[in-house]
Amino acid sequence: MNRRTSILRNTLTLLVAVVVLWQLLYWMVGDVALRSPAQTLEFTLRFVTTEQFAGHLAETARAFGMALVLAVVIGLGIGFTLGGHRFLGEVFEPMLIALYSIPKITLYPILLLAFGLGISSKVAFGTIHGVIPIALFTINAVRNVRAVHLKTGKVMALSPLDMVTRIIFPSALPEIFAGLRIGFSLTLIGTLLGEMFASQRGLGFLLMSAIGLHNVDLIMTLTLLLTLFAGTASVILLAINQRLRSRMSA
Amino acid sequence: MKGARVWRVAILVACVALLEVLCLTGVIDKLTMQPPHRMAVDLVNMLVSGSLNGAIAKTLGNAAVAFVAAVVLGVFGAIIIHRLRRVRDTLEPLFATYYAIPVFAFYPMLIIVFGLNAAPQIFIGAMLGVVAVIVNTLNGLDRVPNVLLKTARIQQMGARETAWRITLPYAAPYILTGAKLAVAYSLIGIIGAEFIMSNGGMGYEISFAYNNFDNKTMYPLILLILIVSVSINMLFARWEKSILARRGLR
Repeated sequence: MNRRTSILRNTLTLLVAVVVLWQLLYWMVGDVALRSPAQTLEFTLRFVTTEQFAGHLAETARAFGMALVLAVVIGLGIGFTLGGHRFLGEVFEPMLIALYSIPKITLYPILLLAFGLGISSKVAFGTIHGVIPIALFTINAVRNVRAVHLKTGKVMALSPLDMVTRIIFPSALPEIFAGLRIGFSLTLIGTLLGEMFASQRGLGFLLMSAIGLHNVDLIMTLTLLLTLFAGTASVILLAINQRLRSRMSA
Repeated sequence: MKGARVWRVAILVACVALLEVLCLTGVIDKLTMQPPHRMAVDLVNMLVSGSLNGAIAKTLGNAAVAFVAAVVLGVFGAIIIHRLRRVRDTLEPLFATYYAIPVFAFYPMLIIVFGLNAAPQIFIGAMLGVVAVIVNTLNGLDRVPNVLLKTARIQQMGARETAWRITLPYAAPYILTGAKLAVAYSLIGIIGAEFIMSNGGMGYEISFAYNNFDNKTMYPLILLILIVSVSINMLFARWEKSILARRGLR
């Protein structure tokens, strides 16, 4: 209980600090490049009721949803396979780490050529951003399952499926969830980047065209909306994560 | 361990060979991707002729500046934040959300503030990298054993000396983890910004080549970026490993 109220309090403090900084920055930079918090909020409230926004939002939501599902399924699949298999893990884990470290933004022309200018290239871009952290965290989580639990499972002659669903998964859950939290953020930014560079629809495309037209109102509004969405989701996931962890240690 | 490395190299070679065969037999057509050996030849030709050396030097130079800024600011920031419990708690939700925020949305504002030169790109690159460094340095500082801090107190070291002689060396492997991420992020920041709006650099050349179906320029440039980022990362990883090995941890 204490934990949750502290997350709430911290988030509120942070929000107030950000708004104050934003206002100060606005006074410094001026109208050419920035809008004040009040102006942005006003424009946002008008903008979210337009049909244009609804269409782009639906497109982004669809792409992000598909990318997230793919990233989670593939990431968990890779993670459980490599985490449960010592040799395979040793062979592939350094490769995954190397893939994690490359600047994936440079790959976008290749993805575009391979998948075309549609929703599939955005989904692919989101997925490749999100899948690797999920896989890496899952590998570690599965490896760190206590040997005594695994032995108990073997003594009880559990099938491989039972072994995963009843022993490995529950015990690795907090760490897997930490990976999912990071995977969520990266899939979102991946999908948006995909839309910015390689799309004709979606919020990322809208942002990119606003940048091109120097439509400051729209840039500020979109940034605010995306940050709010990502922030809310992250704080909720963080709270669940801490709860899982404290339940495990209890 | 050795077997794993042999397998890794074999798999990598097999993947490249497969790509080569697919390209040569025309399963992947020429407009989508060139066979890998062509990319390598083109890369060597490009570097020897020196036609794009200016762009390459510009991007890598900017990325290096952004990287150094991110590491220095990140380490100092982490030392300060580490001492202020309340500030750290407040920033926690920000760190959790940070990488889901499309930082590139601030690029137009930065161009207006700094002008269309290297400064806004470096700013974006450093901004992306700094949080990874802060988070990992904090993680390292958390793990400094109490007995070392007590020793520092017995030796009557000041705050600066303690940080310089005890806490930072102890946290070095964790700082290196952050630095590895900062390499990728500074490249992402610089190249992404060059994609959006710039007057030169590798990102600019890649998107120019992409728009003109000039695969002869595009693929070698992408390959070069991947080679640079992977080799810097391996260097850091080796350094990290040797520190840990000296401590008998791995």
